[in-house]
Order: sequence, then structure tokens, then C-alpha cells
Amino acid sequence: MDISPVFFYLFAGLAIAFSVLVVLKKSPVASAFCLVVVFFMFAGIYALLDAHLIAAVQVLVYAGAIMVLFVFVIMLLNADSPSFDLGRSHLGLRVGAVAACVVLLGLFVYAFRASPLQVPPGALTAAQIDAAGGNTRVISRLMFSEYILPFELTSVLLLAGIVGAVAIAKRKLGAPEGTA
Amino acid sequence: MDMIDVEIMLAKVLLIVLMVLQAAPIMAWVERRGAALIQNRLGPNRVGPLGLFQSIADAIKAMFKEDLVPAHVSRFYYLLAPIACLIPAFMTFAVIPMAAPITIEGRSIHFQVADLNVGILYVFAVASLGVFGIIMAGWSSNNKFSLLGSLRSCSQMISYELSLGLSVVALIMVYASVHLGEIVQGQAETLLQLGPIAIPKLGIFVQPLGFLLFLTAVHAETNRLPFDLPEGETEIVAGYHTEYGPMGFSLFMMAEYGNMLTASGLLATLYFGGWQMLPGFAYVHGALGLSGNAHILAGVGLQFLSLLLKVIFFMLLFVWTRWTLPRFRYDQVMDLGWKVMFPLSLVNIFITGALIYLGWI
Amino acid sequence: MKQETEQRTLDLGLPDSEHYSVEHDPDDLWGDSQMIINIGPTHPVMHGALRMVAKLSGETIESSYCEFGYTHRAKEKLGENRTYHQFIVYTDRLNYCSALINNVTYAMAVERLMGLEVPERTVWLRMMCAEIARITDHLICIGINAVDLGALSYFLYGFHQREEAYTLIEKLCGARLTTSYTRIGGMMNDAPEGWEKEVKAWVGRTRKVIDEMDRLLTANRIWHRRTVGVGVFTKEDCLKYSYSGPNARAAGIDIDLRRDQPCMFYKDVQFEVPIGKNGDVYDRYAVRLEEIRQSLRILEQCADKIKPGPIWVEDKRVRIPEKHAVYNTMEGLIHHFKFFMTGFDVPAGEAYTTFEAANGELGFYIVSKEAPRAHRLRIRGPSMFHYQGLDTMVQGEKIADLVAALGSINIIAGELDR
Repeated sequence: MDISPVFFYLFAGLAIAFSVLVVLKKSPVASAFCLVVVFFMFAGIYALLDAHLIAAVQVLVYAGAIMVLFVFVIMLLNADSPSFDLGRSHLGLRVGAVAACVVLLGLFVYAFRASPLQVPPGALTAAQIDAAGGNTRVISRLMFSEYILPFELTSVLLLAGIVGAVAIAKRKLGAPEGTA
Repeated sequence: MDMIDVEIMLAKVLLIVLMVLQAAPIMAWVERRGAALIQNRLGPNRVGPLGLFQSIADAIKAMFKEDLVPAHVSRFYYLLAPIACLIPAFMTFAVIPMAAPITIEGRSIHFQVADLNVGILYVFAVASLGVFGIIMAGWSSNNKFSLLGSLRSCSQMISYELSLGLSVVALIMVYASVHLGEIVQGQAETLLQLGPIAIPKLGIFVQPLGFLLFLTAVHAETNRLPFDLPEGETEIVAGYHTEYGPMGFSLFMMAEYGNMLTASGLLATLYFGGWQMLPGFAYVHGALGLSGNAHILAGVGLQFLSLLLKVIFFMLLFVWTRWTLPRFRYDQVMDLGWKVMFPLSLVNIFITGALIYLGWI
Repeated sequence: MKQETEQRTLDLGLPDSEHYSVEHDPDDLWGDSQMIINIGPTHPVMHGALRMVAKLSGETIESSYCEFGYTHRAKEKLGENRTYHQFIVYTDRLNYCSALINNVTYAMAVERLMGLEVPERTVWLRMMCAEIARITDHLICIGINAVDLGALSYFLYGFHQREEAYTLIEKLCGARLTTSYTRIGGMMNDAPEGWEKEVKAWVGRTRKVIDEMDRLLTANRIWHRRTVGVGVFTKEDCLKYSYSGPNARAAGIDIDLRRDQPCMFYKDVQFEVPIGKNGDVYDRYAVRLEEIRQSLRILEQCADKIKPGPIWVEDKRVRIPEKHAVYNTMEGLIHHFKFFMTGFDVPAGEAYTTFEAANGELGFYIVSKEAPRAHRLRIRGPSMFHYQGLDTMVQGEKIADLVAALGSINIIAGELDR
């Protein structure tokens, strides 16, 4: 008995449901918590695909680190006050939003229809991956050999972000008394 | 997957859940008696033999006390928070191998709930989720002290996760695997042969610095003294669980002890050979004179006992530390995490890399 | 919506609220990040008797405001409505960690007004009482300070010795905490036989424990980081806020009333006055620890020098009639009745008597108008002055340092509020 389709539909369904909740929830903190659940469901789907490493990293990085910071900032900024409340929503805005959604959906459907829905086979088959010592090892090897340049470039990008954040925070600290 | 596999799986899950659940009351007793021992006191000794049932009495009290929810909290998250704290504590223990995999009647049994090939990464991934419960508790309590407590806890956990992870990276390099079972297997190899005594390649011998970093970081991760700022009673009342009644508080405590158990299990597994038998156990195993399945099962029992003893040692170490050291200040914790432990763990990785390159490890 | 964007002032309802109001601008996120927290009186570190309102920036205290008076019991007014004898029990409740010192100081104050000279044994006994009380007080102070910083075991080692000290005190007067041991012109009763020997044995044990405690904490690096340079109160600050006792000595002010203004037999015993340098939490801790050792030294000398003898002055006015006289003679009964119902007259005059209490200068200022009750009774409790300085002390420090600083100046609410 193969039970993985059951789990797939469970995870996928919950992921969609919570994604909708992320948008619908009024409180930003609640939205953020819903997003955490969505990431979890993604991790579950990855795990079903035997991509344990990606699943673990998904939880570790997205749910464990990035979302923690998100929630942190939202909490600190006390965004519970409805800062997104634009008053009574404009009728034109509503129509526009619905229209945009429909157009987007159409685009998606067209794109998937038009392109051959064939996932190009990976360089390695599952059996080869197992023979090479598992997911983690294969990915690590690829990352540090073939894809070393993009990998390092990404870290430079992150470093730039960190430097920028420090620069902004420093100016805040260095500001004269009373202006901060 | 047939029925017996499912049954074995369920048995293992049940075992883990019971172990972690039992950790809280037993550790509460050990902690109190240990504290009493250290502090020239008697400790709880009235309920049951040696006061062992004190925890049961406490549990009964916690269950029958009125569990009121303050009016100013955000109810859903307030009630969800302790559970969100507790679940990761249960989940992490699932990958710790309890004994060597065995094959009985053509059926191989792994003594861990989930034999993942990303083992250690899974532990970090799940452990990093524990912080959500604390954030939720602090935020939903709608209390300034709770919020301060949860902020402290978050930044502490995030900061120390870094050195925790990096200290393990060096270990992974040594054993060339993230699979906990393989790491334990790797520790059986001989590092040095000193005459008749073979010194095994235990994590503590090949990664002494990494062990210290890991030990310090798990103290911070589990919010134990000297890093117990999130609940530093004298400063911010009780931190994130200020607004919680008996059951909420008990659940947080259970999560803390569950985390301690996992941390001890990890320390034993990564640095002290996990289920590798303690010196002398192999002799006992041979001297029992069993054969066939009984021999294999006796081996499993002894391996499990070895792991258990190691875990107990680390649990006692946690207690001992708690009752000896004063508490750090918040900024000092951050300084230690970022300015001392983080560079040290990077240095550790470089040294390990160099040693591996030179072929010394 | 329009009104919300206008500036509005949050009135905290404090007596001096213009210092503690915040300009609230909903659009200014950073202005909002300043948090005002109310620490106490039910906060664990405030011992249920103090309150501090602090404006935080992160965890740093930007400004603060201290309040007291939660345990005010009008002690000084009660002093005008109770006879001199009856007031002794009230002195217990001043600094309840060292009740004996209060008893002794109060007795000395009234005796000074009356010109009484207590017998030698009583003086020695009082000195021993005072030093035992000083040790218990210091043990509590450094112990609680350590607990506040998370070192519970340290506290309990000291507490064990304190319990033993209380057993010694119990042997004197039957009470452990609220002693009421002294009487005007004497003591409630003599020390039981062999008490001095027990004190000496206790001194030996305590000395060992103090050394042990010293080894456990003083050199601990976490302890150092938590205390050195924290809650600094300089010499100038101390003078400004009229600090006394160990807190002043920790800042380098060489003052000890036992030595500078010798009363009782302090001239006849050897002891040193430890002086700190920086006036931080660590110095206050170290000074107190050393003072415990010096007090143990004094106790030992006292135990050697004390001799049997009378404990009451030969003065019919103040001496409580013997029980057998009360039960067997009419005159005795009348004397007893008059003594307890009316009290004795104290000659007109005024006197300010001070003594080095565990926390600093404890003074009783008594104005007498030849009546059995004081016309005015004013108590100078050292905690009162120490508490005033707390705001200055914790300015710009972390909340965690507030805990350390407050513990180290040893505020005893009974003495603070009176």
C-alpha cells in the first residue's frame, strides 16, 4: 500500500489553505504564523520526494530562522494596530483586484498548458544518489564543485545585505541625542 | 511495509514519547534532590520513597488547580504556545539511535524512530522551531515582562544555534556523515593504540573544543543556568511564562526537560559514542554466555544501558551547573555567543579541516 | 482617524509625572520602542515593598523613579504614644534582619538620656548580640544579592549559618527574628550557661563556611562580569546622598562608627575596617564578606572577655521587678503594675545616639519632656538614604544591573519605611 499520495494531497491542501489564510488574516502576527505552517507543509512535500536535505533546510532556514525574525519584527513594531486598514475599500480597487487575480490565474494556466509539462530528468537517478552516499553528500559535492561560483556569489549578496543593515543601524545609534 | 513493521514503528514512537514524558517528572525530582544535595538540604523526601512521588503530587496539583486564562491575552495563541514548545522537544529525540541496528529472522530493526540520512540537520531544524512557542507565549500574554522574556529567548536561541551548528560541522567533517547512526559507528574506530588499551575515536577526543562549544551552546539552547535569562526570575518576573497557570507552566517545564533530554542524548551520541558500550560492558556481554537471538538482544540491552548512563551523566551535569553558577547578563550572553563562541567554532572548523588534510584524524 | 495622528500625552499618574510622560506619536515607530515598565511592588526583586518605574530603551534604563512607603507603619509616631519600654518591640521591626542591633541602639539611646551606666557583662553581651546580628544581616545581604544574580546555592550556605546564629539568639531570648532582647538599663535575661562557648564553636564553623563561600563565588568570572563596574556609586555620590556603613566603605569612605565613635567596649577589641575602592556591586559584596570575618573576630574576643556578673543597673526606676517579688509582695505587685502601665519618666532633654548598624549609621533622636513617653522620636535608618541613591546608581544600566545594584545596597523595607 503506497500511502504517499494521501500525504501529498494532505500537505498540498493544507499548504494552499494556510496560504489563503496568510492573506486573509487581519493580524500580521497571525499571518506570519500561518506562513510558518505553509513552510512546514512544503517541507513535508520535499520529504515525500525523498529530498530530506531540502526538507530539513526548508524548516531550518525558512521556518526556524527567517520567520522567527519576521515575527520578531512584526511583534516589535506592534503592528497589531490595523496599519493596513485603508478605510472603506474602494469599489474600483475591489474590481481591479479580482480582475488581476483572474488574469494571473489565466497566465498560469496558459503557461503550464503551453510548455511541455515534462520535468527534465536530473543528472542523477535515485539509485545513483543512494550509491553516491545520499542526498546530502551529492548536493554538497555539486555545490562546492560545479556550482561553487553561484554559491559564493549568493553569499556575497547576503554579505552586502548584512553590511547594509549594519550601516543603517549604526547611523541610528550614532544619531545625536533627541533625534533618535 | 507490513504489519509487523508498523507495529515496531508504533512501539518505538510510544517508547520515545514515554521517555520524554517521563523525563520531566523524574528530572524535576533529580533536580530538587540534586539541589538539596549541593545545598546541604534534604529536599522533598516525604511523598513516597525518597520523595520520588513528589512529582506525581505536583502533577495532581497542577491538574486540579484552576487554570485560568487572563482576560488580556490573545486566547488562541496563549493556549497554543505551550504545545508549540512541547512538540519539538518530542520530535527531536526521534532520530537518536538507541542501539546498533540488528537483524533478527531476516528483519532488520533500527533502534530509532526515524532513520533519516540527514539526521543531525533534522535535529537542528526541529529544535529551531521550539522558539516559536516561546515567541507566541511572550506575544500573546500581552505583558511587558513576557515580551522581554521571549525577546531574550529568541535572540539567545538564534545566536547560539549558530555556534551549535558550527561546532557540529567540524564533527561532521571528521566522521564524514550527517547520519547519526554512522557517526556513532565511526566512534568505534581506534584512534590510538596505547599498548593493550585502545583509545576509541570518540567525539570528545577528536573534537575537544567542539565539545566545549556544543556543551555551552546547548545550555543556552535549553535556557538553563547560566543562560536562563528568558525566565530570570529576579529580573523579568518569570519571563515568557509569567502569565501562565499551572498546566501552561507544567508544559513549559516539560518542554525544558524534554529539550534537556535531547541535548544530553545528542551530547552522548555525538561526543561520547552514543550506544557504544561503556568499558567493561563488552566483557559482561561475552560473559553472559548467551547465543543466537538472546545474545543479540542482550547486546541491544547493554548498548541501550550505556547510552542511558551517558545521558544521565549529562542530565546530572546540567543540574550541577545550574546550582553552581550565577546568571549572565543579557548583553554578556550575546557577547559570549557572537564574539567568543562564534569565532572559536570557525577556528575549530579550520583546525579540523587542516588536521583532516594532514591526515591526522 | 484624524485625532489619532495628533500628539497625545500618556499620563502615568505618577506624582511627578512630567518626567515620566511620553509623547506618543503613532507614526513614529522608534519613539514607540521605548518602553515604560513598572517594576514592583509585586515584582520578585522588589520584596513586595518597593516600586520603580523605569523607562527602557531596549533593556537599558534611561530614567527611573523610585517609590517607597508600602510598609509604612508610623513607627516614629508610635514612639510618641508608647512608653520607652513598650517601644522596644517596635525596634525589632526596623531592620528585621538584624533586630538585635536595633534593640541595642535603642536601649543605648534611652540610657544616654537617663544617664545610666549598664554593667560590664551587659555591655559585652550587647556587643556580641550586635556582632551576631551584623553577621546574619550581611549573610542575608550577600546571599540575596547572589540569588538575584542566579546563584542560589551560595545563598543557602550562608542561610545555614544564619539559622545556627538564630538558634544562638533563641537561646538568649526565646525568639529568633523579633528578639526584643534588650531592656532599658539591662537585658531581658542573662545568657544561659556555656553560651559563650557555643558562640565560639559557631564562629569556628562559620569561618569555614565563609571561606567556602568565598571560594565558590568571589573569583567566579560570571560573578565578576555581573558585579565589577556595575551600580557604581562614587565617593562624591555617597557623600551627596549621605551614605554610611558598608555601602559608603565600598566607595572608599573610611568610616565606621564602632571605631570612630567608640561606644560599649569596641576600643578593647581588635578589628579592621575593610575599605573598597570603586563603590560597585562587587566592592560592596567584598566589603560585606570581609566584615563578616571581622565580626567573627570581634565575637571571639568578646567570648573570651565576657565574665559573669550582674546584667541590670542598680536603678529602681528602670529595673523590672523580680517575679518572686511581684507574686509575693504587695509593693512588688504595685511596682510591676506602675512599671508596665505607666512606665518611667525620662529626664527632659534630647539626644541623638548612633551606632554602626549592619547597613550603616542607625540613629535614634529622642526628645524627652520628662514623661514616660518620648515627646519626639526620630529614627535615622540607613536604608532610607541608600534607597534615594538607587535612581542615580542604575541610570543607563541594564535591568539586570538594577537587580544587582538593589541587592547590593541591602534595602530593608522595615527600616526604609519605618
